[in-house]
Amino acid sequence: MSRNLRGATAIVGAGLGGAPMAPGRGALEIQAEAVYRALSDAGLSVRDVDGIFTGSSHHFMPALSTAEYLGIHPRFSDSTMIGGASFVGHLLPAALALRAGLCDVALICYGSNQGSGFGKLKSMSETQTYEAPYEPRYPVSSYALAAARHMHAYGTRREDLAEVAVAARKWAQLNPEAYARDDLTLEQVLNARMVSDPLSVLDCCLVTDGGGALILVRAERARDFPQPPVYVLGAAMAHWHRQISALPDITVTAAAESGPRAFAMAGLRPADVDVAELYDAFTINTILFLEDLGFCGKGEGGAFVRDGALAPGGRLPVNTNGGGLSCCHPGMYGIFLLIEAVRQLRGQAGARQVAGAEVALCHGNGGVLSSQVTALLGTAAAL
Amino acid sequence: MEQPAHPAFAGPGPDAEFAAALAQGRFRIQRCGACRRHVFYPRVLCPHCGAAGLGWVDAEGSGTLYSFTIVRRKAEHGGDYNVALVDLDEGPRLMSRVDGLVPEQLKIGMRLASRVIDTPRGKLLVFVQALEGTR
Repeated sequence: MSRNLRGATAIVGAGLGGAPMAPGRGALEIQAEAVYRALSDAGLSVRDVDGIFTGSSHHFMPALSTAEYLGIHPRFSDSTMIGGASFVGHLLPAALALRAGLCDVALICYGSNQGSGFGKLKSMSETQTYEAPYEPRYPVSSYALAAARHMHAYGTRREDLAEVAVAARKWAQLNPEAYARDDLTLEQVLNARMVSDPLSVLDCCLVTDGGGALILVRAERARDFPQPPVYVLGAAMAHWHRQISALPDITVTAAAESGPRAFAMAGLRPADVDVAELYDAFTINTILFLEDLGFCGKGEGGAFVRDGALAPGGRLPVNTNGGGLSCCHPGMYGIFLLIEAVRQLRGQAGARQVAGAEVALCHGNGGVLSSQVTALLGTAAAL
Repeated sequence: MEQPAHPAFAGPGPDAEFAAALAQGRFRIQRCGACRRHVFYPRVLCPHCGAAGLGWVDAEGSGTLYSFTIVRRKAEHGGDYNVALVDLDEGPRLMSRVDGLVPEQLKIGMRLASRVIDTPRGKLLVFVQALEGTR
């Protein structure tokens, strides 16, 4: 029973690197900074790491490149590639390997210089034979197709999408490490240059640099480190498609499956979540995930986000670092969901701190609404 | 132990067979001999039931617009164009394009008919608005 993973592991170190922009620095260099900061946070050194969990759009065999670069000889490694959700997904093999004793200190890490190095999405993706002839802009057109269908089916409005972008920006304005911190209004989002209707450029995530790293250990050791432990209470993944044309109902993602399974493992409900970090590569994502994870009913996401509901002071704190829309998005954003949740649960989030946060939900997305991974993290009080 | 021969695993694969038919102007899709459901894109195994017995049928060519997006492109690069998801009447969904209409005329739920057209890169399956009265 998956319930025996509940609280079995904890995050004891977290760090960012190269965020949000690091001109002149490469992906492994940015990743190394994040790893150094996470290990310092945990009071450990690279010599202590014996498990590596990583993914990359820059390196074909990322676990090998990462381990060699850092001088680690891992006893266990995994670099399952499911796009941006990968790093949330890595919580599961990391927990399994730690529990099985295949490793004792697990490092989940990522680094990318796609912002300053490429200026657009860096991808090793293969051509999709039956979609490519129609030249969808990858990945935005796939998300636009979902948004258009959601608007048709449920009356969701572009104004609702814009609410998501504005709320993210308001959180970013409280985060000194966020990339986009200028004032942003609904009108600006609505009047922005269209990229793939109904999505404008301000419905799309940033293109930045950045890296992140997390250190995980078995729960019985978790209190031996300098920082308050953040426990992995539940995690689950689901994926139904690779190409958007293969998702049966494009208004329903596999988060509708990963969410309930993660909640079941954690023994929690959406109402127990104090802060939610939802993979907002595009504004429609946040609305889809609020619905699919059970924060509101299917089709109610547009209404749910209105009137600043996700912004500071709103009904549910969502994407408190500013999200992929306003904080950073170096190609794959998953690890940043976890790092922000750790900071919130430790009470270290500064001006954007959600008071008394004990339970955080992180939801990772990858591909074109393809891979979905939900994780529930909590403080010792939530165990 | 030697595995017995199976026609599903011999000769050119379904991708090549689809492409060969398209090159002759034909739009073909697969149908599973076991569960009788239609399949697109072409596969070796039925994604509904796992059987290795997919045969080819001519698509009816009729469908419904499930969703669409207008991809914005500078005029000097050819201007805006649409990308559509079309539900075939047989069941499968595919990505395509709706030709002959301006963006304001595209409506989710509208009836469409397939065409195989010539492009500089070869034959391409697209859709046009179906005539009144077609299913």
